[in-house]
Amino acid sequence: MDLLSSYPSWLITHGAALLIILPLLVGAITSVLPRERLAWIVTLIVTLICVVTSLGVLLDVYFNDAQLYKMGGWDPPHGISYIIDGLNTPLIFLICAMALLCTIYGLPSVAAEVEPKKRAPFYAAFLIGVAGLLGMVVTGDAFNVFVFLEVSSISTYVLVAMGASRDRRALKAAYNYLILGSIGATFFVIGLGFLYMETGTLNMADIGNILRDLDGGSRVSLVAFGFIVVGLGLKLAMFPLHMWLPGAYAHAPSFVTVFLASTATKAALYLLLRFIFMVFDPSFEYVITVVTYVLTALGCIAMLFGSLQAIFQTDARRTLAFSSIAQVGYMLLGVGMATGLGLAAGYLHLLNHAVIKAALFFALGAFWYRYGITRIDDFAGLGKMMPWTMGAFTLGGLSLIGVPFTAGFTSKLNLVEAALQRGWAWAAIVIVVASILAIIYIGRMLMAAYFQSPPEIDGEVVAKNEAPLMMLIPMWLLALLSIAIGVNADLVVEAAQGAADVLIGGGV
Amino acid sequence: MFSTIFENFNYAIVIILMMTGLYVVFSSRNLIKKLVGLSVFQTSVFLLYITIGKVAGGQPPILVGGHGEGSGGAEEHHASAATNMLASGGEAVATGGSAHHGAEVLYSNPLPHVLILTAIVVGVATLAIGLALVVRIREVYGSIEEDVINEIDYRYNLEGTDA
Repeated sequence: MDLLSSYPSWLITHGAALLIILPLLVGAITSVLPRERLAWIVTLIVTLICVVTSLGVLLDVYFNDAQLYKMGGWDPPHGISYIIDGLNTPLIFLICAMALLCTIYGLPSVAAEVEPKKRAPFYAAFLIGVAGLLGMVVTGDAFNVFVFLEVSSISTYVLVAMGASRDRRALKAAYNYLILGSIGATFFVIGLGFLYMETGTLNMADIGNILRDLDGGSRVSLVAFGFIVVGLGLKLAMFPLHMWLPGAYAHAPSFVTVFLASTATKAALYLLLRFIFMVFDPSFEYVITVVTYVLTALGCIAMLFGSLQAIFQTDARRTLAFSSIAQVGYMLLGVGMATGLGLAAGYLHLLNHAVIKAALFFALGAFWYRYGITRIDDFAGLGKMMPWTMGAFTLGGLSLIGVPFTAGFTSKLNLVEAALQRGWAWAAIVIVVASILAIIYIGRMLMAAYFQSPPEIDGEVVAKNEAPLMMLIPMWLLALLSIAIGVNADLVVEAAQGAADVLIGGGV
Repeated sequence: MFSTIFENFNYAIVIILMMTGLYVVFSSRNLIKKLVGLSVFQTSVFLLYITIGKVAGGQPPILVGGHGEGSGGAEEHHASAATNMLASGGEAVATGGSAHHGAEVLYSNPLPHVLILTAIVVGVATLAIGLALVVRIREVYGSIEEDVINEIDYRYNLEGTDA
């Protein structure tokens, strides 16, 4: 409470708008800045302000109550309103914090991976992407969601393509992402069109109320629901719609991979949650059918399929990308249970996975930075060559598997508990099997790193060459955070529980 | 059956364009043709939205005689226009004429046009980025045929060097 009272009141009141407008405006300015160092400093300052603001907003919701920010002072059904509640504040803070950590990491990383004249525009695209993601999460207007979805997507296509100076396959990956991402966004907007036909409004809370009065509405809203689920499913890499993800994660600059892995799919998943539970309602028959049978089934298939695919990859980044698809499966399983416990567990895994995957991708980026390594075969002896980076990677890897006293264990335990409470013992078995598969693909990398000796070049063993401090700090911060969550998860569990309460309890 | 199709011919066009666009995206192996398909697909959505906004027999949404009546009348007009705009989401309102209390003129809903203006801008931006990417791909790979590019990448993956 002390921390909150030290915030100026205008920052809390207008925090929702500031979080979007600031990165959006500064992003435009950053693109024409003459020097890359200047662009980096500006990005750092902006993300720092965002972190401070989002923390204030988070505390305000925690101690006071959810708030509705009316853009321009127009009342909700006509004007655009921004929602700040227990469901989205943890995610807002997550996005801002990840943006800050990525920026810190980016100083050495971007300098190594992006051509000099493209670095200032790179930071500009990044800032606009941050604004888009925050907008997707904050807004309470359905069409506004589409606009921010596209703002973040378009900047992400550009960011992924920037990996071309390191790996030309980034271009192809960005192109595939663009095609599938646009189809996803268009499906989403078709769904919105049908919703608008049915209800005549675009405000999410208003749509929710009207649909509840109509008891789910006619076939039009059923079709709308289908389009929206498929559209968002593409964005969040739901199992059969995940084809864009491995390429985009594997060939983008490390900086972008980290940011994408920890925020982009999460924001889309958040939207899916908000649409299923607060715009539509699980009490409608078609909604609960899709949630229980389709989402759960796809989630379980994703867990097994993603983990199996991860085992057979040769590229370390592709391995972790397929693991990401599997982790999305865990979250979807939590959503599919549609119980308070299941939703809380899914949301908890969403937060934990963002922390874990970011730490892992940070470490992979550092391997490339020092030795140009991306293939698992080349991991031999990394434990001796980069002990600190490999240490963070190990902690992250153990957490991904779900070893006790790590963040991954906490969320998987919660998921299993929720599954058993729902009476789905088979789901618990799937979770355990997928975790065993995770041991294989993470273990393969750790074995190579620790039990094989460093390679010899011209008769000399490759020298130890640790990653720069700017990379180690964010990496270790997240690795230690994942352990801290594993030891004492109260704060995060409480946040996830709060989010689940919002979903089950209904709208603002 | 045919009469239903002709009465809703704009919906028929929307569906045809949508399916054509999606089919072109998935079936063609040429990167430019894929983008063409994507554009057609997005255009069908623009048409869908514009169709929603049309109210049968509706005028363009312009105030009729609003300025001459003094400020009081104009304000009333505004208020009724606002409620009307909110209510006329679909064609349901157009048939039920009694919903238009206060407003003398039946007019089309302008909101979908505004929405779709945004979507058109988004579509143009996406297309521009897509074409820019194709230009870069052509520079790097020397081809815009997906099969050729995949072949090059496949060989690269196997050998770890450029073919």
